[in-house]
Amino acid sequence: MATSTGRVTGTARDRAAGADDGARGRGRPRKAGPFRRATSQYWYAWAMVAPVVVVTAVLIGWPLVRGVYLSLTDATEATMGRTIGVNVIPSTYEFVGFGNYVDILTSGVFWEKLTWTVVWTVACVALHYGLGLGLAMMLNRRLRFRSFYRLLLILPWAIPGFVAAFIWRYLYNSDFGVINAMLRAAGLGGVGWLDDPTTAKIAVIAVNVWVGVPFMMVALLGGLQSIPAELYEAAEVDGATPMQRFRHITIPGLRTVSSTVVLLGTIWTFNMFPLIFLITGGGPGSATEILVTYAYREAFTGIRNYSGSAAWGVIILLLLVVMALVYRRALRRQGEVW
Amino acid sequence: MSTATAEPARPRRARGRDDRSVGGSILLHATLIVASIISIFPIVWLVLTSLKPRDGWLSTELKIFDQPSLDNYVRVLTETGFPTWLLNSVIVAGLTTVIGVFLASTTGYAISRFRFPGYRGVMWMLLVTQMFPVAILIVPLYNLMAGLGLLNQIPGLVIAYMTVAVPFCAWMMKGYFDSIPREIDQAGMIDGLTPFGTFWRVILPLARPSIAVTAFYSFMTAWGEVAYASVFMTGEDTRTLAVGLQQFVGQHWSDWGLLTASAVLIALPAAVVFLLVQRHLVAGLTAGATKS
Repeated sequence: MATSTGRVTGTARDRAAGADDGARGRGRPRKAGPFRRATSQYWYAWAMVAPVVVVTAVLIGWPLVRGVYLSLTDATEATMGRTIGVNVIPSTYEFVGFGNYVDILTSGVFWEKLTWTVVWTVACVALHYGLGLGLAMMLNRRLRFRSFYRLLLILPWAIPGFVAAFIWRYLYNSDFGVINAMLRAAGLGGVGWLDDPTTAKIAVIAVNVWVGVPFMMVALLGGLQSIPAELYEAAEVDGATPMQRFRHITIPGLRTVSSTVVLLGTIWTFNMFPLIFLITGGGPGSATEILVTYAYREAFTGIRNYSGSAAWGVIILLLLVVMALVYRRALRRQGEVW
Repeated sequence: MSTATAEPARPRRARGRDDRSVGGSILLHATLIVASIISIFPIVWLVLTSLKPRDGWLSTELKIFDQPSLDNYVRVLTETGFPTWLLNSVIVAGLTTVIGVFLASTTGYAISRFRFPGYRGVMWMLLVTQMFPVAILIVPLYNLMAGLGLLNQIPGLVIAYMTVAVPFCAWMMKGYFDSIPREIDQAGMIDGLTPFGTFWRVILPLARPSIAVTAFYSFMTAWGEVAYASVFMTGEDTRTLAVGLQQFVGQHWSDWGLLTASAVLIALPAAVVFLLVQRHLVAGLTAGATKS
């Protein structure tokens, strides 16, 4: 026991020390096959990663493969195999190749939803980032009541998403909502916020901005505080204007944080299911339905169209993966490593 | 006017970061006050509405206080399924947190410390799974759960939440482990600990703040999730809060009094814990990117 522990510790120490500087293979004169050597070198790392890899493979990998397969069939609620009591009804759906994809890509509804999803994502992320950066820069100055402002501004983040959605639905309520009550008190007429496509779109964007700005603000504030003050002092001595300091110190100093939060923000907003689902339910009509909520509705309302919904899902995933790849590549070109 | 000329000719200096005019200060405070009001108004209004009497929300006028009462809270706790939903939510979120944090921390440690074959693959997997839209997994998962008889069962929902919580938490834990010096691991190993021993007895205790944040994140993910819960948990007894609350404001009948009271009950504990951990939360979120 003692000897075996000793050996493992020895290798482990070598590995930990040499993990970065490429000192692998040092101090192991014994000849072994490449597979055995790799196993003895890395078994603990693999053992630690294994649970997540297994869980991911079973719960994401398998459903993903099956989702892709379903998207190539004509499975609906009617053709899907199921068990009712003791009767087992076999599946009757068939393989239809890329039929679902052709249907979706040639339908107007896809392009309509895609356009709105892109508008929604770009508008939300731009407002999140712009307002978040503005507030962060204000909070980064010497200022009375700074931590008090910070606390108030961060509160929306503390509210669970579905609660926020319900709060705002009540605020927007055309008869009893406080927004219309204020408008009426000011002598203006009430607006049916969620009844008209345009105002409904503005309304959901406003809610998402309310929900998302605190995260950006806090993340960017952390970034701002990590920029050394000496840089600003040196720039001041050299006579740089506030605008120049912003462009040449603040923006480059925030780059790593910005790139992460913008990527995360884009993914989150693109997939922002609960807000739209709970505030407008996609309505009026399907005006505020983004790709994700549309695919969900497709799968779980009316005659459940499993295959169509899976095809929507695959398309959404491809869009996001392509976006992330392009984004990562753009970052790498700027000297970012990952 | 004479003072201006009497002043020795000081070199013209660009305005520093922290000196600003009185007008500038007023503008700064005014902007922050407006932003703060926008940020807390909905929450304040929620609390005020919940304190109105039974049909107080059915008012078309602006009334800030209107015979405050706890009527809505009493009704939520005694006349609705709220206590059951709350219990379900707590169980689901609690299980998700415990399992999620354990899986995430081992993975986070491995990808932070070791460069092993498959390292890049794991990193990509963690990033890509974060962008999986609900829509692509929900149908296959639904069928999988139906096949295993896990629909309307708490374990089924917990398993589904693993797919959401684990990748992101592993990412956050990695960021934190990166900030713990490697020398500490090496010292542990020199003292005769195995790699697992080092992780369990040296590094994990050091990572306690990060574990708290990760736990909180998993908890909130499960606490506020809507899509899976709406589809998987349809029975009256197995609803979670996010599903149950939809009952209060349905198509044909709505009672915003009940809704606002339960929203306050849900948001209050979450907000308190959140405010305690939020500093670490941001550090954890961004560390993964800045350190790698």
